[in-house]
Amino acid sequence: MKLPSKSKRASTAASAGDADLLPERELRRIVDTVLRLSKFTGAEETEVHVDEVANALTRFANNAIHQNVAEHGLTVSIRTVVDGRTARATTNRIDEDSLRAAIEASLSLAHSQPKDPRLLPMPGRQRYRSVNRFIKQTAVLSAEDRAHAVRRACDLAVKKGQVAAGIYSNGQSQSALANSRGLFAAYRETHSEFSITVQEGPAASWAKANSSNVRAFDPQKLAARACEKAHLAINARELPPGRYTVILEPAAVLDLVGFLFYDFAATALADKRSCLNERMGRQLFGENISITDDAYHPLQQGAPFDGEGLPRQRVLLVDRGIPRNLVYSRVAAKAARKQPTGHGFALPNEYGEAPMNLVFGGGDSSVEKMVASTERGLLVTRLWYIREVDPYEKVMTGMTRDGLFLVENGRVTGAVRNFRFNQSLIEMLKNVELLGPAVRAAGEESFEMVVPAMKVRGFHFSEVTKF
Amino acid sequence: MWNLCTNALDTAKLRGAAYGDVRAMHLRQRDLTTKNGQVGTLSQSESIGLGIRVLANGAWGFASTDRLTREGVAACAAQAVSIAKASALAKRSEVVLAPEEAYVDSWQSPFRKDPFEIPLETQLALLLAADAEMRRIKGVTLTETDMQFRKIDSWFASSIGSRIHQRKVISGCGIAATSFQGAEIQKRSYPNSFGGQHSLQGYELVESLDLMRNAPVIAEEAAALHSASQCPEKVSTLILGASQLGLQIHESIGHPIELDRVLGQEANFAGTSFLTLDQLNQLKYASAIVNVVADARLDHGQGLGTFAYDDEGVPAQCTDIIKEGKFRGYLSNRETAHLVGLDRSSGTMRSESWNRLPIIRMTNVSLLPGTWDYDDLIADTHDGILMETNRSWSIDDRRYQFQFSTEIGWEIKGGKKVRMLKNPSYSGITTEFWNSCDAICKFDHWTLWGTPNCGKGQPMQTMGTGHGASPARFRDVRIGTAFSNQ
Repeated sequence: MKLPSKSKRASTAASAGDADLLPERELRRIVDTVLRLSKFTGAEETEVHVDEVANALTRFANNAIHQNVAEHGLTVSIRTVVDGRTARATTNRIDEDSLRAAIEASLSLAHSQPKDPRLLPMPGRQRYRSVNRFIKQTAVLSAEDRAHAVRRACDLAVKKGQVAAGIYSNGQSQSALANSRGLFAAYRETHSEFSITVQEGPAASWAKANSSNVRAFDPQKLAARACEKAHLAINARELPPGRYTVILEPAAVLDLVGFLFYDFAATALADKRSCLNERMGRQLFGENISITDDAYHPLQQGAPFDGEGLPRQRVLLVDRGIPRNLVYSRVAAKAARKQPTGHGFALPNEYGEAPMNLVFGGGDSSVEKMVASTERGLLVTRLWYIREVDPYEKVMTGMTRDGLFLVENGRVTGAVRNFRFNQSLIEMLKNVELLGPAVRAAGEESFEMVVPAMKVRGFHFSEVTKF
Repeated sequence: MWNLCTNALDTAKLRGAAYGDVRAMHLRQRDLTTKNGQVGTLSQSESIGLGIRVLANGAWGFASTDRLTREGVAACAAQAVSIAKASALAKRSEVVLAPEEAYVDSWQSPFRKDPFEIPLETQLALLLAADAEMRRIKGVTLTETDMQFRKIDSWFASSIGSRIHQRKVISGCGIAATSFQGAEIQKRSYPNSFGGQHSLQGYELVESLDLMRNAPVIAEEAAALHSASQCPEKVSTLILGASQLGLQIHESIGHPIELDRVLGQEANFAGTSFLTLDQLNQLKYASAIVNVVADARLDHGQGLGTFAYDDEGVPAQCTDIIKEGKFRGYLSNRETAHLVGLDRSSGTMRSESWNRLPIIRMTNVSLLPGTWDYDDLIADTHDGILMETNRSWSIDDRRYQFQFSTEIGWEIKGGKKVRMLKNPSYSGITTEFWNSCDAICKFDHWTLWGTPNCGKGQPMQTMGTGHGASPARFRDVRIGTAFSNQ
């Protein structure tokens, strides 16, 4: 049985936005219900997360829509503490009986384990910096709006004898986090994304953007760019593997450096599974590399609080090539005698924390300037299927995809067959020659970050594929 | 639940849908982990909801909801029709479905011990004991264990009259020891990496693994890897352990045979496939001893790809994929079957949850057993490298070129395992690799491995797939590329 207010929200319209999110007072009501019920169960402390999403996604291929979906969901996740033990139970049923059952399940799990000597009392009330990432125009974008935009993008490809595939999505989400010590945090945001792959015979290229504001990007411009680059990608020639100077577009940078972020977790260092073990404070990367975790950056998204409700802090992780700081959950901070930074995951977990809002320092170059400055090198549109080969040297393998181009004497001279790379990220970030301005990049292997295009010398390609 | 399903289908029909199918699902999950002797994750969750897929104006729409009231479900169905009509604004052809009969059935996967009925204390005690066994070994710096259990009830109803209830119980368990020393992190896992073994079984899976005996073995290997020789870079004979071969099948056979990829429907995300339609019944995919099937039937085993009906209401089937080396079949659904000359779907549509659209998925894509005894295979290998337990995996977006590395390797000389090798890796081109297979071990060494984390689709869906394999030998494989020139 659902709360009456939910059935009132039922909609027959085909937009994510029309399935409105609950008002914040309703989230508070769910939270208060859980905290009230938990008082009668023997829980010494209780924490409750309420998460709600209303998303829609239009998918197209072969120049037509082939999948088109919408979802609404709400989950309530409850963590209780009893006698130095904690556990979590989650449900998407929000009637009182179901919430009570989830509290009892959490307590039952908690009772089943040994005491946790590291467990801390839940934090009390906190202050949060406000961020506004809920854009109404994004929320109300309808299935018809998306279909028309997709149709125009596909028509562009058809006109050029090309084949388009991709997605156009929008949605809204909100979270509330509260505990029995009086903490309450709430956040809502919208999100939108357009991604397109255009194929011309065996050649392909790609463009993608996302934002909380659907007006921050133009699907037609992205489609036009993918069409143009797909045409440039035809007649790819095979080059021998080896070390090349590369110009990595922001999406390629994002998907590579995204694999570094867990290494900045204090828990990862304590577990000795971070590449920063015995390397903090040393000149590990080039002096032109600085990385900050900043949830408040205007190009970032996400809540201003962590999984325990602590406010996220801005943390300088790498200062001119030197790893300076880590991020700390409350438990990790206590063990290291540091202050928590607001990067903890919801408890209980074994990973501790991680920076989730990475912002790289940019430069004053551009992809065009990088090409113009390159005697011989490769322009990389995006990378694919990146996996870690060596966790300490941070050697990553993966493929180039959807547009690899040869640069000779300052200009793009043709397309090249895709390569496999085996490249240490540490070495790569020592070899960055030029940086573009940092932008919000969207890839497929990592969550979104604010990163620049990079010109890197000596990037290691080990093998070539058939296309 | 059936009433809600019927209500959704009726609403969809009233709104103009020519076809509709509904999946209501109730998913329950329990996760337990330990790290360095302490409990890590301890959680359980449940999710219940309904998704409806409709055809209207010749195009697809899908909507899902957790509002399981008559009004909520009707609104969801109406939204699905509305979305389908929007899809029709950008269609190039009408969707046509292969015929399928209506089924009314109920099925439950077999299990001996319901993992949700086993006391948590028992489960945690086993994990903590295995964790302690690994920590006894000098040089081990991180120990991890995990168990995961799921119980999934699904109710499928379609406008052609099917009403199918299925209940699946899935279990998973694994342990891992990591050693950091000098400038190197080495790790060993049992019985497989990335969460161990997963199958359509109850708690009997966990009890069959003998964690306590294997915990010190992998811990000692993790520590010993630091002093092992680096795997050389060369072209050599390669023997793959069964779990690594399972992942090799997944990446270089399972994905390329997905007909949605072949037809370009995944071009923007998961990629396409080198197995274009002209390759069917023509391509010599592998050597003549290689036989691969996609088999969702219980007869094949209790794998993550085992079921009675797929999420389009099509009964589980066994499809020849590679027969005596020749490429024979794709994974298809009702929409694509006719494109490869089939009059019926091969039954591979699967959805992660009630809020996801079913898409073409691997079932159990397995290499059938060969004739070799494992000891004879090693004895028959004059000079080669044995690699076991996956560490990294990567393949291009058309599934030609791959590279894998494993946690441990063994040099084989004169028919004997002579020394441990660290950082082993190999790479190649899919068809060249499979055509170089010259020996496959027999059924005694065959295991139906579970891959619980196969990601595909937008929005992303994670699905479990099964891969039966026994150790096999490949000739003239490029070894050691991942660590070359570093």
